[in-house]
Amino acid sequence: MNNGNTTATTKVDLTKVKPYGDTLNDGMMQLSFTLPIPYGEEANESAKILAKKMGLDEPNVVYSTDLGIGYTYFVVYGKCQHTVDYTTIRVPKVDVEVMDRLECEKYIEENIKRDIVLVGACTGTDAHTVGIDAIINMKGFHGHFGLERFKGIEAINMGSQVPNEALVAKAIEVKADAILVSQIVTQKDVHIKNLTELVELMEAEGIRNKVILACGGPRISHELAQELGYDAGFGSNTYAEHVASFVLTEMVKRKMI
Amino acid sequence: MKSKLNLDPKVIDSARSCAARIAEEMQTFIDRHTTVSTERTVARLLGIDGVDDVDTPLPNVVVDVIKDGGGLPRGAAYWIGNAMIQTGLTPREIGERVGNGQLDIVKLPIASITEVKKKIIPVVLESLDKIKIQTKKREQYLETLGEGKQPYLYVIVATGNIYEDIVQAKAAAKQGADIIAVIRTTAQSLLDYVPYGPTTEGFGGTYATQENFKLMRQALDEVGEEVGRYIRLCNYSSGMCMAEIAAMGAIERLDVMLNDALYGILFRDINMKRTLVDQYFSRIIIGYAGIIFNSGEDNYLTTADAFEEAHTVLASQFINEQFAVLANIPEEQMGLGHAFEMDPDIENGFLYELAQAIMAREIFPKAPLKYMPPTKFMTGNIFKGHIQDALFNFIAVWSGQSLQLLGMPTEAIHTPHLQDRMLSIENASYIFNNARGIGDEVEFKKDGLIQSRAQKVLAKADRLLHEIEKEGLFSTIEKGKFGGVKRPRDGGKGLEGVCVKDEHYFNPFIPLMLGGEK
Repeated sequence: MNNGNTTATTKVDLTKVKPYGDTLNDGMMQLSFTLPIPYGEEANESAKILAKKMGLDEPNVVYSTDLGIGYTYFVVYGKCQHTVDYTTIRVPKVDVEVMDRLECEKYIEENIKRDIVLVGACTGTDAHTVGIDAIINMKGFHGHFGLERFKGIEAINMGSQVPNEALVAKAIEVKADAILVSQIVTQKDVHIKNLTELVELMEAEGIRNKVILACGGPRISHELAQELGYDAGFGSNTYAEHVASFVLTEMVKRKMI
Repeated sequence: MKSKLNLDPKVIDSARSCAARIAEEMQTFIDRHTTVSTERTVARLLGIDGVDDVDTPLPNVVVDVIKDGGGLPRGAAYWIGNAMIQTGLTPREIGERVGNGQLDIVKLPIASITEVKKKIIPVVLESLDKIKIQTKKREQYLETLGEGKQPYLYVIVATGNIYEDIVQAKAAAKQGADIIAVIRTTAQSLLDYVPYGPTTEGFGGTYATQENFKLMRQALDEVGEEVGRYIRLCNYSSGMCMAEIAAMGAIERLDVMLNDALYGILFRDINMKRTLVDQYFSRIIIGYAGIIFNSGEDNYLTTADAFEEAHTVLASQFINEQFAVLANIPEEQMGLGHAFEMDPDIENGFLYELAQAIMAREIFPKAPLKYMPPTKFMTGNIFKGHIQDALFNFIAVWSGQSLQLLGMPTEAIHTPHLQDRMLSIENASYIFNNARGIGDEVEFKKDGLIQSRAQKVLAKADRLLHEIEKEGLFSTIEKGKFGGVKRPRDGGKGLEGVCVKDEHYFNPFIPLMLGGEK
């Protein structure tokens, strides 16, 4: 395929970034999707036109197949015409220096000088404990020990399908320094409603300012968490040490010691 | 058959007989008790259905009236039978009158147990006939249409709208699926009633309702005739209403049902006494109706480590097998569960998974084992996920699994899109066909990694079972031996619905269903 580039470009223009296939700025992207139309040449043509409208030049349907109910599945390549200015991108992130478990333990000993208490739960109708377990349970996940393993941290895992009311009641009962909420199932944005409700409940109980509040889950970003009134949000690839580092640093910052 | 894993039959026998003693011990507890949901099941099987003017299902209304009147220890069959004698009404009419407040069935004159039994037996037989018609129909379909080869391709639909589920299920059948599981809406397992009517808006699934069962059954029969293959339907007989849903499944000809008290205890925090009593009646119904039950051991590995805790899966399979024996379920209907859930970074993890899958097959030779795909270590990298699923499929065909729940490359992202299911079916069909005979061809090195892994897991399971026998099943669960989850025996949901039977209690379905005449 001749893409018109006759000289190799090696310098990336960060103000005009394009997808990379095998040549800088070739714009190459791969897509796969289904259209609710019967398999055939008309279907392929439709997929191509759609790709063009999405801003892909020279769209190429490399594969299509009948899905059995008059629908067709496509794999498409095309060259993206759009660019993005990387130099202007700002993403809110949990701004903390991550300490490993031993560093966290030392930090507690030196700066907080008491055991801290965390309460965690997977709330609402969500029955998936995999997230909260990975952060709290002794064993942790993928070689990263959970908070139960951290000396100086008392971590209570309330499990799944915990009503927001029960979580708040527990936090008050044990005088929690932080609340951790996990949300895995996010169909129809049920997690947003659930997370918002918790903040409202904590405000009503007058404990929102006394407790560090963080949420986590595969569809959660720090930005979303902040919008919803949380102190931090953790997405995929978060381990116990990330959460602990944030909570501990924040406690010292807020003089919760 | 010679063991490829060189498993010691004496250890297998030891574990199995130990599990039998554990199950029998539990059975003496079960036999003394009944529950509100068990009695609602009796009411349903006798023909009570529908809802009252505030949408409470009539089986709930009737059993609540019996419970409030102090009549639960005698069982719903007695009170309904007695009401038939005193009022001349049918059970359905009795349900409706109790529902609109015209009738209080615990305040009627009292007939003798013998009279009541005599009155109710024809209704019981009529109800069993309905189930028999469905089992016959399944047999006919299997004879005329035939079925896919094992491992059956098992996929889920979970749109939350039963009518959309039907579109997806039909597409999946045309793409090659053999079993369609309709996923339940989040948290149905904690409802102490079965909702009524079709579902069009659920979270991550639809309610298990009789109407939904009926709609999907009809759709799968249609598409089965079209593709020339019987398409099996799966749903859940689990949670607070295990037995009621089993009864609905029997009546609407479900073929596979997830049914496991331990799962409810550990992962839904349902009270252990409640759900073990409910499980017993649900399994009797499942056995009678020719349904394959699926146990939920695979789930232990989503919370506990798949390598270190493999023996807990095997121990639980042994116990589930013995509970099934007590409910008169033939081996051919024991869909014991296990899973491919080891961390993909483990060196030789494939060999250990293979060892465990073949071990399950050798220990439960006739059971339609349910093999579950990787979920815990699926990352959103759909390309790697597709390969993880391929390794899982390779082991399934190699070790002769029966019900293969297909992994989706988009696991951990969303409930499957139409194309995800197609890609997964393609993956499995390719591998099953391409490696069909590998299990017969390959033997394993004596005392190599594979043999010693299986032997170790078996030995550890046997030890665990002996500990459980000493300790009792209730205490074992309290100590968190399964899935690393601890549950107190009087904690969890639903204990208030359990009561001790009185001396005249009877459930007319149990002896007839256990009689085995189908």
